Amino acid sequence: MIRVTLKGLAGRKLRALLTALAVVLGVAMVSGTYVLTDTIQKAFDGIFSESYEGTDAVINGKQLVDFSSSGRATVSAELLDEVGALPEVEAAAGGIIDLQSNSNPAKFVGESGKPLGGDPTFGIGLDSSQLRFTPLRLVEGEWAKGAQQVVMDANTAADHGYDVGDTVGVATLGPVKQYEITGVTKFGSVDSIGGATIAVFDVPTAQTLFKKEGRFDGISVAAKEGVSSDELVGAIQPLLPAEAEVKTGEAQAAADSEDTNEGISFITYMLLGFGGVALFVGAFVIFNTLSITVAQRTREFATLRTLGASRRQVLRSVILEGFVIGLLASVVGLFLGLALGKGMNSLFVAFGIDLPQAGTVFATRTIVVSLLVGTVVTVLASLAPAFRATRVPPILAVREGSTLPRSRFAPYAPYVALGTIVVAVGALGAGLFANGLGTKSVLLLLGLGVIGLFVGVALLSSRLVKPLAALVGWPAGRLAGSSGRLARENAVRNPSRTAATAAALMIGLALVTVVAVLGSSLRNSAQSAVEKQIDADYVVTHENGFDPFPVEAGEAVTDADGVELASQVRFDQARAADSEVDVTGIDPTTISRFYDFEWAQGSEGALDRLGGDGAIVQQQFADDHDLSLGSRFPIETASGDTLRVVVRGIYDPPELDQLLGALSVSQRNFDASFLRPRNLFTFVNVSGGETAATTDALEGTLAGFPDAKLHTESDFVTSRTKEFSTLLNLLYVLLAFSVVVSLFGMVNTLVLSVFERTRELGMLRAVGMTRRQARQMIRHESVITALIGAALGLPLGIFLAGLVTEALSQFGVGFSLPIGTLIIFLCVAIVAGVLAAILPARRASRLNVLEALQYE
Amino acid sequence: MNGKESAMETVLIQKEGRDGASSTGVVSAKDVTRRYGEGDTSVDALRGVSLEVVSGKLTAVMGPSGSGKSTLMHILAGLDRPTEGEVTIAGETITELGDTELTKLRREHIGFIFQFFNLLPMLTAEENVVLPLELAGIKPDPAWVEELTGKVGLKDRLSHRPSELSGGQQQRVAIARALVSRPTVMFADEPTGNLDSTTGGEILELMRESVTSFGQTTVMVTHDAHAAAIADRVLFLADGLIVKDLGRSSAREILAAMEEVSRQ
Ligand SMILES: Nc1ncnc2c1ncn2[C@@H]1O[C@H](COP(=O)(O)OP(=O)(O)OP(=O)(O)O)[C@@H](O)[C@H]1O
Ligand SMILES: [Mg+2]
Repeated sequence: MIRVTLKGLAGRKLRALLTALAVVLGVAMVSGTYVLTDTIQKAFDGIFSESYEGTDAVINGKQLVDFSSSGRATVSAELLDEVGALPEVEAAAGGIIDLQSNSNPAKFVGESGKPLGGDPTFGIGLDSSQLRFTPLRLVEGEWAKGAQQVVMDANTAADHGYDVGDTVGVATLGPVKQYEITGVTKFGSVDSIGGATIAVFDVPTAQTLFKKEGRFDGISVAAKEGVSSDELVGAIQPLLPAEAEVKTGEAQAAADSEDTNEGISFITYMLLGFGGVALFVGAFVIFNTLSITVAQRTREFATLRTLGASRRQVLRSVILEGFVIGLLASVVGLFLGLALGKGMNSLFVAFGIDLPQAGTVFATRTIVVSLLVGTVVTVLASLAPAFRATRVPPILAVREGSTLPRSRFAPYAPYVALGTIVVAVGALGAGLFANGLGTKSVLLLLGLGVIGLFVGVALLSSRLVKPLAALVGWPAGRLAGSSGRLARENAVRNPSRTAATAAALMIGLALVTVVAVLGSSLRNSAQSAVEKQIDADYVVTHENGFDPFPVEAGEAVTDADGVELASQVRFDQARAADSEVDVTGIDPTTISRFYDFEWAQGSEGALDRLGGDGAIVQQQFADDHDLSLGSRFPIETASGDTLRVVVRGIYDPPELDQLLGALSVSQRNFDASFLRPRNLFTFVNVSGGETAATTDALEGTLAGFPDAKLHTESDFVTSRTKEFSTLLNLLYVLLAFSVVVSLFGMVNTLVLSVFERTRELGMLRAVGMTRRQARQMIRHESVITALIGAALGLPLGIFLAGLVTEALSQFGVGFSLPIGTLIIFLCVAIVAGVLAAILPARRASRLNVLEALQYE
Repeated sequence: MNGKESAMETVLIQKEGRDGASSTGVVSAKDVTRRYGEGDTSVDALRGVSLEVVSGKLTAVMGPSGSGKSTLMHILAGLDRPTEGEVTIAGETITELGDTELTKLRREHIGFIFQFFNLLPMLTAEENVVLPLELAGIKPDPAWVEELTGKVGLKDRLSHRPSELSGGQQQRVAIARALVSRPTVMFADEPTGNLDSTTGGEILELMRESVTSFGQTTVMVTHDAHAAAIADRVLFLADGLIVKDLGRSSAREILAAMEEVSRQ
């Protein structure tokens, strides 16, 4: 029987190949995800482990506030001398280097004033007399010395054609200055550090540039021979002030990589999720293809049964077929994943997410998981067709025109479908609206709900095929006359087949619709929230929209001609009541001209009374910490200072995209308590309002600050959701894989139908159908199927997105339908239909009429 | 279709099979009726047929189109169930068996030859021949397979696929396939129906030969008087009943009997 199965498969190569394609992509996505993220992981591991290779112990300022833009606390230069004097210490060096938070931003700027390279932009102060501690290697030239020299990383140098001896601009906390490139450097053995750039100065220059005079970010220490790292740490410990800590080099490397590991595993899960969707769609395609082939092989199964094959043997033969297809597809998918991993990385880069790369990692886990997942999914999808095959009675071997008997469960299918839909919607509702569920159970409920909904609608859809085909097939009849009408008839001839084919497309389309509708709802809500908060002619932000930018840039704009009024908003993070909190430093005299406070307690007058210790807090923050007007509480800044503040006003901003921090203090107070203050926004009003000329003039004043970017108010509003739009586009691309998989499903069904109707096509050709008409007929059938998929998928997606926005309404999200995008999806469905029909239509039109008529 | 009438139609033929032990037939049917459909549109394809097929003989079933020949053969072979009545093969009442037991019975006792050959297109001739043994998990005896394929004249066609064989050659493969498991009884529904008369003649000779040399009990449905002429016994069906039962007869006698039957 095994031989029969395998030979049968070999005899139906095209069909097996098309079936396999449905799994290949999903597996490739799984394997590609692992390859990509393992490779990134290896690069990061390399960066971190090499960072501390020659280092036995590291002294750092403590990370008092996670994600603070001013970074860790620093350590004093005197500490270096004390540590160096310890008997256990062989050598010690202080440096300016912070790979965790980009608190030392140093952006290379080309001649045209354009920034070179991406994000992050590491500025480093390196003690070139103590090279044992650094992973940086000179590729060319010498290390920088003095305030006029810089060393550039090899990636940037190669990408932008810079060489030793050239001059390049670098923007740090202040305006751009020109430096001479004295060398080109490379980070250890890491091939690419992604979009990051590295500018290396000598230590005093870096200290000045990053406003860390007399301080180091860290001190690296090497132990004398015979002294272990732990002993060294023990010896250093007593010397340290409270805000500093010491770790062994190894411990530090592990701690550093922990953060990135979290980020990488998020990417892994997200990409695997999309691979899962593609596999789920693939499962539909396989189920459908195998169902069709089983139906077409009724006579073969019946013959086998008359020859003594048991039901179990028939069952096993179909499952074995699924297994073989699944395994082969998984192997192909596994290797395709190697290429896809690279492709996904390019995709990320195209969307502005440039991550470090090392040599490609092809882990055993990748192989095992990919093969297992692809094979298991295929085998599971083959179970139902396999059981159907066992119900073929032997008598069908001798009956003409025999068809597979209807399933025993067929009469109950609509009830099962409705039941599934009800349960699925219940699960979705519970996941979205029930209180007090953990993230895991919410995700589980949502996942199962969505899968259940798809399966339920797919089960039900065979009943919907007829009316839908009449609806969406109407244009076909008008456009293509008789072949169009025949196409419509053909589409409803086998409703469950058409339904399953359309259902595969439905899934992909429903998911992109969810993304589109949700995206448009969130974007519109966020934009109107921003519009509600501000009223300014111009807004200056960091070029990336979320980092703070140099105060000097804000001041340069403020001083420009024609500026009537400007207001700076400082930003950093601090700790309050044991959690991280965004703090903005506002100018009490000007802020209310630009920012509209919805006062809950207090009034505009609160701004006047901010003074040296006043704070304005958001309603939510006040509720969370039981604050009311007059409450006093302490906040701790990244430098370790404690700031005591009094609540002077409580306001209630929109839920989405709050421009100010949970806590705002006066700018004077902010500048006194936070290290290295930077601006989040500069709001500007000009005389005569926004004009092109004024825009040019203001942009001119920012020429020396490549980090800062000027927006008109409307630009600013859209820029707030730019990242989000990028994310949406990325999601579309990832979901496109599922749509492609369903495309294979459509090709499959059509090829099989054409094959099945060989004789009939021969007859049609014999009575006068032209090749063109034959092609047209197949094409229209395909488009009708695709449109049925769209007719199911788009409403389903809108429904799902509606549920989610309803659940998000408490966060100020309102439902909004992106009609234009949905029309594009409809067009995508039609194009998918046309594409899927190419091969089958060609086969149909090339049939030899005589042979087709004799075909049995 | 009352019991008395059908009892009258019961025909007993002395068993002279390979084992020659039992006096009853290897296949027997008792008061078998078969009704297709329900209500006004129902068709009584068999209206009370009883018969015994004795081992080692070739029994031909003849009758006008629609008389129920195929239906009878399907029921005798356990492919279909009678509406009423009982069928036994090799002492087992198959009308009471479940699917698993029926499968087992088919493996051990039944061989089929189809009008449309029903070969598996992806297997070679030889693989098609040994397929029933493989399904039953039995290792084919090479000597037996060689003898068999030699007998049916397939020696130099063994590695060909069905699409590379003529209709007659395909039916030879089917005959070898039916014989390979030495079934108790072999059923053939119009085995020459899809072949020209010369080729059909060769196939009939082959079937006769298998009865003669292997003592293969065979039931063959046919339209063709020349085909029936090779049989040891010819049953005539009309309107769902056995109306005539001849011993070995010439084609002319059979034609005459056919006409008589059709006139009734
Ligand atoms: N599956 C079926 N459903 C309904 N009626 C059937 C079915 N199979 C056979 N019949 C009817 O039963 C009667 C006997 O059919 P059967 O196929 O046994 O005849 P036959 O003698 O083999 O005819 P032929 O010589 O044409 O093959 C016919 O009237 C036929 O229409
Ligand atoms: Mg018949």
